Amino acid sequence: MFVTSAFAQESAPSADTSHVATEGDTHSGTGVPAEAHGTFPPFDPATFPSQLLWLAITFGLFYLFLKRVVMPRVGGIIDVRNDRITQDLDQAAKLKGEADAAVAAYEQELAEAKAKANAIGQQANDAAKAEAETARKKVEAALDEKLGEAEARISSIKANAMKEVGSIAEDTASAIVEALVGGKASKAEIAAAVKSVAR
Amino acid sequence: MAADKVDPIHQFHINKLIPIEIGGYDLSFTNSALFMVATVVVAAAFLFLTTSSRSLVPGRLQSVSEMAYEFVGNMLRDAAGTQGMKFFPFVFSLFMFVLVANLLGLFPYFFTVTSHIIVTFGLAALVIATVVVYGFMKHGLGFLKLFVPHGVPVFLLPLVVLIEVISFVSRPVSLSVRLFANMLAGHITLKVFSGFVVSLSALGAVGVAGSILPLAMAVALTALELLVAFLQAYVFAVLTCMYLNDALHPGH
Repeated sequence: MFVTSAFAQESAPSADTSHVATEGDTHSGTGVPAEAHGTFPPFDPATFPSQLLWLAITFGLFYLFLKRVVMPRVGGIIDVRNDRITQDLDQAAKLKGEADAAVAAYEQELAEAKAKANAIGQQANDAAKAEAETARKKVEAALDEKLGEAEARISSIKANAMKEVGSIAEDTASAIVEALVGGKASKAEIAAAVKSVAR
Repeated sequence: MAADKVDPIHQFHINKLIPIEIGGYDLSFTNSALFMVATVVVAAAFLFLTTSSRSLVPGRLQSVSEMAYEFVGNMLRDAAGTQGMKFFPFVFSLFMFVLVANLLGLFPYFFTVTSHIIVTFGLAALVIATVVVYGFMKHGLGFLKLFVPHGVPVFLLPLVVLIEVISFVSRPVSLSVRLFANMLAGHITLKVFSGFVVSLSALGAVGVAGSILPLAMAVALTALELLVAFLQAYVFAVLTCMYLNDALHPGH
């Protein structure tokens, strides 16, 4: 289908060729120089000097403009961006390091505080124990003292009582002797007799 | 005027706008020169204005300028190494000039600067002249090592050197003809198909119906020409980079 239509098109413009030719003639008739040569325009040497000159001028200026103005600017933009990116990355790394250090410091402080708390607890415990011990000792000492006092009093009371037992025995003995014998025994004899019995 | 559209060669004609003649040479300001000026002004203004805000976060147009800059920069660095970066302004100018000239040529009624062999040859000769001059300046006669590849058997050497010399000499020709022929052929084809549309629609209802196909072709060709405009600018710049690499490192 493509072939046939292409063929149809090819035959169609052939009707126009005479028209084109006349038009071309009128152009050359008007004396337009480029067309007057009748050569294929890109191969027309008459245009070469002018084209080369203007190419040299325009391209030369373009080269200088790009080299002096545009490229330093674009290069600068890209460099600044790259610098900024590396700078930001560095800063991010630095901040991360700082955050890590803060976490480490926090953990260390926490550990220290825990250790301190343990130490304080231990100390308090020890102090309480020591206090309790001293209090106990004091109480024990006081009790011992009181016990000693009581024992001393008991022994003195006992001694007094024993002494009184002797005199009572003497009195009783002299009374019994008086009643039984009717004589009076000397005090010294009775005391000696009581003493020998009591022993 | 209908004939202008049908004649596919008419678009390549050069008209004098301001006749200048110095020393017997015709140095007139022509439509070709006008479009060279337009190319330079458009390219320079685009690059200048889009980057004028120097935004850290580029807008769309600034991105385009930066992309072109980095594209050519990477191309040159890949081909010729960091030493080649001294030619960056040159290659960037060439790329932008050819690209903008090609793109401007796509506009209807606009003259295509790069469709003239003398213009493309002028640029190619500039490239080769740069290569030769810099090569001899940097390496002296060592630059001639370019024509003597390493590891070639002695009995083959004359033949290889001959081939290398021919390939070097043909470089400016191939570089210029490639760009010129692409632009010329593309614009002629475009004009021919557009001409079919005009001629056919002059034939009445059947012709108008029949002109749809060449119209579609013209649209497709315009897209193709847009691609070719980029591609040829890229090819021109890449080959320039490779030739400059030869000037920097003549030993193969």
